[in-house]
Amino acid sequence: MTVLVDKNSKIIIQGFTGKMGSFHADEMIKYGSNVVGGVTPGKGGSKHLNLPVFNTVKDAVNETGADASILFVPPAFAADSAMEAADAGIKICVAIVDGIPSHDMIRIKRYMRRYTKSSKMTLVGPNCAGIISPGKSMLGIMPGHIYKEGRIGIISRSGTLGYEAAQQLKNLNIGVSTSVGIGGDPINGSSFRDIIEKFETDDETDAILMIGEIGGPQEVAAGEFAKENMKKPVIAYIAGLTAPKGRVMGHAGAIVSAYGESAIEKVEILKECGITISKNPSVMGDTVKSVLEKT
Amino acid sequence: MDIHEYQAKKILSNFGVTIPRGGIVYSPENAENKAREIGGSRWVVKAQIHSGARGKAGGIIVCNTPLEVAQATDKLLGKKLVTNQTGPEGKIVNRIYIEEATDIEKELYLGLVFDRSSESIMVVASTEGGMSVEEISKEKPETIIRSKIEVAVGMQNFQARELAFGLGIEPDLIRRASDTIIGCYKAFSELDATMVEVNPLVISKQKQILALDCKMSFDNNAMFRRSQVSELRDKTQEDSKEIFASDRGLNYVSLDGNIGNIINGAGLAMASMDMIKLAGGAPANFLDVGGGATPEKIVKAFRLVTMDEKVKVILVNIFAGINRCDWVAEGIVDALKKIEIKVPLVIRLAGTNVEKGNQILKESKINYIEANTLEDAANKAVAALNK
Repeated sequence: MTVLVDKNSKIIIQGFTGKMGSFHADEMIKYGSNVVGGVTPGKGGSKHLNLPVFNTVKDAVNETGADASILFVPPAFAADSAMEAADAGIKICVAIVDGIPSHDMIRIKRYMRRYTKSSKMTLVGPNCAGIISPGKSMLGIMPGHIYKEGRIGIISRSGTLGYEAAQQLKNLNIGVSTSVGIGGDPINGSSFRDIIEKFETDDETDAILMIGEIGGPQEVAAGEFAKENMKKPVIAYIAGLTAPKGRVMGHAGAIVSAYGESAIEKVEILKECGITISKNPSVMGDTVKSVLEKT
Repeated sequence: MDIHEYQAKKILSNFGVTIPRGGIVYSPENAENKAREIGGSRWVVKAQIHSGARGKAGGIIVCNTPLEVAQATDKLLGKKLVTNQTGPEGKIVNRIYIEEATDIEKELYLGLVFDRSSESIMVVASTEGGMSVEEISKEKPETIIRSKIEVAVGMQNFQARELAFGLGIEPDLIRRASDTIIGCYKAFSELDATMVEVNPLVISKQKQILALDCKMSFDNNAMFRRSQVSELRDKTQEDSKEIFASDRGLNYVSLDGNIGNIINGAGLAMASMDMIKLAGGAPANFLDVGGGATPEKIVKAFRLVTMDEKVKVILVNIFAGINRCDWVAEGIVDALKKIEIKVPLVIRLAGTNVEKGNQILKESKINYIEANTLEDAANKAVAALNK
């Protein structure tokens, strides 16, 4: 089993014929992802990149058997597209788009409560780099070649910091089972805890590197979950030691507004949960290596 | 996006919240007339800046005659107010709000925020109005009551009633109080707010429930559908470099240190700042040019960072993914042809085509210090500072 995507995942692109959608669809296909078509309302019946275009996600699912989707629609329409994917029976949906209003994110999550756990779509993002299982499938916008195949799971809010980690691991000859970018927004589809739980049951993953940042309760929630429920080692780095309180640091969710949300406080709490801390972003790879050597 | 007190009051009053009579003025002459127009015998002159704690900074003055109102207005207009939230540079006062004074019997706290744990809207109330919510949670946490709102159906009357009874409001006023709370909820949910705070919410001696001071913030990501709210933006309350940045699609936060940063991705930017601190330096800014880091954005970023006189060293850290390092390097070389840099420049490239990128930089004859890792980049930036 691979976390969230594998070679068999049938992928459709929502917002297929736009500039972003076309570019990244092409990159995913080159990487070897099984892209089976796309959706652009009003362009159904045509072909794009030699693949069929559909008017609705339901049509795409019925015709191609798609079970994964990736959104490249503008922020104003992204919530609608994510709900359409959930309703059409898509199992995993990645929202790349940056700029979805928080009120819309809350609406999406409420909407998805109508599904039972087994029929509920997993939403990853928004404002994220997506998912890659090296050598198998890429449902995202990352540079595929920096990821070596292997047995470390990565979960990161930030895209580029996740790349940094993958590169550091590759330089140490350590590979990645799956890397998941959960995005920098205050309210997102999947939390650190949601993904860490999937890695715990994944037989292709030995250890998990969690790359968090200031703001919000999710890193701590994942730490507490790990303490109670996990056997696999977890390594974490939290960005934003120098971030001033009350200011948004690029990501809409990167703002310290309550106790436990600063980098120092998160690091302290995670340590108490038994998580190994990478003391700076330059040694994320080394810290993973030293943990692997101990186990 | 933040707005002024008087703007928030206007919005809330449209949602059924009662506010004291008042009006905005831009000159002492107007102020005197406005006081007469409002009527009564006591007025409060309130400096409009995007900050709380204005009272302690001298930004709120109680007056007994229209002449005093004019004098207080004259004193505050054009002045920079420094509060514990503005930073040492303070914020300029360009607008004055004149309000009739209220005979206060009781001060309460009411706030609405997103609760990121439950992914719902949280209403927070306390009997200890007038203090900041941080102070209340530190000193009188037992007075805080909360209510989680199911956004699909909105706030119900019983939830507002529970809060009102919880605040010890007398039975005759419960209806008014719950209408006030629901009004604030509606403003929050219908206008894409991220925060509504009424502090204090007061019960007057005349048994009115009044919003005496209000703050509202809005989701920048939702401004495309809130044109009336986005018109309320007051750029005089924002850092000029931050305005320059936001107009050009850059994420920038001005900080106190002297190492200027140009980085792609918010997480990598925070991480680079952390490395600078660990190396013994201090960042002058947070600057994320976007994961893509296009050459155009890099030129704009250099312009922005060189505007800051505090900057004594510039550190560029780009992890090129889909965009390649050679392309990024060409962008840097191009930027340096257009913009003169008088301080040491440290460049660290990583990711796709890094060798090619570094080669382009070397052959361009630009004056820079090459770095390989995050740590190396931070150490070299701090070392360049100390030379």
